[in-house]
Formats: sequence, structure tokens, C-alpha cells
Amino acid sequence: MLDPSFLFAQSLSGLTAAMFLFLIASGLSLVFGVLRVLNFAHGTFYMLGAYSAYQIVLWIGPGPGTFWVAALGAALGIAVLGGLIERLLFRHLYGKEELYHLLFTYALVLILSDAAKILWGTQQKSVSRPPGLAGAFTLFGVTVPYYNLFILLLGPAIALGFWFMLQRTRVGRFIRAAALDRETLGTLGVNVSGLYTGVFVLASFLGGLGGALVTPVRTIVPGMDTEIIVEAFVVVVIGGLGSFWGTFLGALIYGQVLSFGILLFPRFSIFSVFALMAAVLILRPWGLLGRPLK
Amino acid sequence: MTAPPLLAVEEIYTSYGLSQVLFGVSLEVAAGECVCLLGRNGVGKTTTMRTIMGLTPPGRGRVRWKGQDIAGRPPHRIARLGIGFVPEDRRIFAELTVGENLDVARRGAGGRWTEDRVFELFPKLRELRDRQGGVLSGGEQQMLTIARTLMGNPELLLLDEPSEGLAPLVVHHLGEQIGRLKREGLTILLAEQNVDFSLALADRVYVVEKGRIRFQGTARAFREDESIRQQYLAL
Ligand SMILES: Nc1ncnc2c1ncn2[C@@H]1O[C@H](COP(=O)(O)OP(=O)(O)OP(=O)(O)O)[C@@H](O)[C@H]1O
Ligand SMILES: [Mg+2]
Repeated sequence: MLDPSFLFAQSLSGLTAAMFLFLIASGLSLVFGVLRVLNFAHGTFYMLGAYSAYQIVLWIGPGPGTFWVAALGAALGIAVLGGLIERLLFRHLYGKEELYHLLFTYALVLILSDAAKILWGTQQKSVSRPPGLAGAFTLFGVTVPYYNLFILLLGPAIALGFWFMLQRTRVGRFIRAAALDRETLGTLGVNVSGLYTGVFVLASFLGGLGGALVTPVRTIVPGMDTEIIVEAFVVVVIGGLGSFWGTFLGALIYGQVLSFGILLFPRFSIFSVFALMAAVLILRPWGLLGRPLK
Repeated sequence: MTAPPLLAVEEIYTSYGLSQVLFGVSLEVAAGECVCLLGRNGVGKTTTMRTIMGLTPPGRGRVRWKGQDIAGRPPHRIARLGIGFVPEDRRIFAELTVGENLDVARRGAGGRWTEDRVFELFPKLRELRDRQGGVLSGGEQQMLTIARTLMGNPELLLLDEPSEGLAPLVVHHLGEQIGRLKREGLTILLAEQNVDFSLALADRVYVVEKGRIRFQGTARAFREDESIRQQYLAL
């Protein structure tokens, strides 16, 4: 059982899962950090990204570029959907009690998941890997699909790009300032409500992209929205809500704990993750890299 | 017909929820003037400035900028018209560096204020450029909050109690810098409780009490009328 190549395979699969989790959880964390709304519908954007990618693949038909067009198209579609939801609905929530956030975003989860069932039924759907990345290679006796390698490289690339945007660009400075003091940023001439929309669109894009990119490795089923939102929530709680690298770290830890937890508690692998979350909440309630609320 | 004043506040009534704070405040600021709003704690000086800035829009009344009514517009639009607000509680972005605090407010390319120019006015800030805003002392934060607002190249500066909570020496220094801004032609509306600090800068004075203007006149007229000071400003 402690065969090194088996352990390597487990840790690699945990790492791949972590990259998807990071894509989803970073948007959840960004929206919470800046807009101060915990968006339970964020997992629904992920699910809709997956269904949209499936739909676009159906429309275009097989071809070398089909998957990539579908993934990008799905992410953009979800970004637009997110923008509309923010403009028309979300903005009435800012500054209100958390209970309203919870009720509203939960209602959104129910409505959108029913809409998805109407559009795509309840049968499982799947999308095949893009032809260019269909193969696999062997590393330390483990077969690694090229597609997984792509995800392993894409995750850190997106994390670095995201970090660069937040730290080194003017828009990033606006976003960080808005997270600290929305009112003051407005008096300095910055259109904060437009900025909020932009942040929400970006988060929705990442969620939709995560859903689209997961389709070659996971089947698309109703319920994948609530499953991922719980996981993403655990990730941000472990890493620290609103903390960028905390989210990345949280995703890495989650992925590893989940894939090795299977070895310890084969039938309750999720248990080890919740045990970890409980431990973090007891020892560092603000998360590993988060900061205590003032 | 003479040109309208730069800013004219006309009979504004402002409330926070059910508690009414301003009862028909009117005031004017002409281009190039330094006008001071004096009054004790809680009389409505900050609320007047927040109303001008669009942060707490008035229930009734008008705020005219160059003759045009701007009441009800969102703060970022009002800022872009050329009104800069320096809040009493400074509101530095604690986790942004001094340089980033300034950059966020940069506006009006080609205007007279650049990072270099505000560092000339407040040389201390240059040394602190890469320091996080949250670790600055009270006096340094006060300089930064003024510098930050200047980065937007405003025509009118609303300065809310800049002297509050600062040591006498720092207040003196700050007064000199605000005087320099005034001499360079910036129009200033200053809210203060510190009478001596204000009189060193103000051309005209409004005294506020319980949300109403009780006196208006030149700084000289105010200085000569000891009874006003006794009635509305003594503790
Ligand atoms: N957000 C708020 N909600 C409710 N009441 C408020 C709020 N802000 C101020 N007030 C009340 O409005 C009144 C005027 O306050 P304001 O801050 O305008 O006074 P001020 O003249 O600036 O006082 P200070 O010199 O202490 O800064 C006070 O009675 C205050 O308690
Ligand atoms: Mg005040």
C-alpha cells in the first residue's frame, strides 16, 4: 500500500483537484473580500460553465479547437450572466445583514439549478479531452494524462496572473482599496459600483472557466454545484476568507488531505477534510493566512 | 451679471435616518477663498461636508457647483467635477502603501498635482513611500490624506478638522502647508473647532450651531465680535 509510485499518483491527483478548487474558491474569496457577500451561487456558475461547455461542443461538433472555443465561450457566457446578476440583483444586498445574503444567494442556487435541469435534464453528460491533449506520459511509474499536466500548469499561471493584477496594476489597487473602504474610494473619484460589477464578472468568469475545464475529467451532473460550493467554502475557511494566497494554500491542502484521506478512511474521505477544517477553526478561526476581523 | 460662486449650498436639510442634523444650512465659497465652518462637537460640520460630497444627500435644498445643482449625484461624480474631500477620520487605506494610496487617487492628467509635487509639499511622505498606510503616525496620516486628495487635482478642497488630535507643533506645521495651498490659489472650505488655527487661514467664517448657521462674516468681523465666540464656541 505504501508503494511510492502509488503515493505519487495520489498526490498528483490531489494536486489536480486542488487546481480546480483554486479556480472556484479564488472567485468566491474575491467576491467576499471586496463585495462582502458570501455568494453561495458561485458553485452554480461552475456547474453552468460545465453545461455551457458541453452545449457549445455539441453545437460546433468535433474538431481540434472545439474544446478550447467551448471552454472560453462558456467562461465568457458565465461572466456575462454574473455581470447581469450583479447589476440587477446583487447590488441591493450590499451593506445588508448576512441573513439576506444567505437567503438570496441560496434562492439563486435553487432557481439556476432548476433552470439547468429544464435545459439539460438529469442525465449525466460528458465532454472528451481536447485531441491535442488526449494522450498521456509516464512519470515515476505513474501515467499522467497530458490534460492533467495542462491543468497543473494552468492553476499556478492563473494564480500568478491574478496576483500580479491585484498587486501591480492600477485596477488591482482599486480592488484592494475597495475591499478596505468603499466609501473613501468613491470620494476619490473612483466608480466603485462599476468596479464591483467588474470584480463579480471576473469571479464568475473564473467559476465558469473552472466548470468548463473540469468536464474532460468529471461527468456533468445536477448537484455538482452544491458539491463544489461546499468544497470551495472549506478551502477558503482553511486558507482565510479574502486572503489570496490563503485560498491557494487551502486548495493545495484540501487536495492532498482528500486524496490521502481516502487511504485512511476509504468510505469517508470527506471526513478528513472536515476534521481539518474543524481543527483550523478551533486553532485559527480566521484561517491559515487570513487575518482576524477587527 | 456676476459669475456664480464656485460652491453655493442653499438651504440644505440633511438627516441620518430619522434624526435630522441640518436645518437649512446655506453657505457660499468663491474661487480662491478660504472659508471656515466653525462649531462645537456634533453641530453638523462633517454632515455639511458629507452632503456637499454626495455621501449623505440632502432631503431638501440644493448644492450648486458653478451654478449647477449637483445634489443627489454619486460621490465619485462629484469628485470628478473638481471637489476634493479630506475626511476628518483620515481614512487611509491601511494595507496599501503610501505610494499606492496616492496612486489610487490620481486623476486629471496634466493637472498641477503629481506624486512629486505632493512630496515637495510634504517631504516626510517621500521617505515613507513604501510603508503601509496603517503604520503611519497620526500626523503623517493627516499629511497623506491631504496629499491623496490633492492627487485628484481638485479645484475646491473640503478639509474636515485637519487639526484634530494632533500635537501643537504638528498643527502649526500643517497650518503653514494649508496656507501655502491657499496662496497657490486653491479654494478651501475648512471645518474646525480650533478657532486660532482657523483664523490664521480663513477669509470668511460661518459659525454653525445645532445644524443652523448662526453667524457669517469676514474673519476680521468674527475676531472683533467676542460675544459670538462666547456664545457658540466656548466649551
Ligand atoms: N451616521 C450617523 N448616524 C446618525 N447620526 C449621526 C451620524 N453621523 C453624525 N450623526 C449625528 O449628527 C450630528 C452632527 O454630526 P457631525 O458629525 O456632522 O458633527 P460635527 O460638527 O462634524 O462634529 P465634530 O466636531 O465632533 O466632528 C451629531 O449629533 C451626530 O451624533
Ligand atoms: Mg466632524
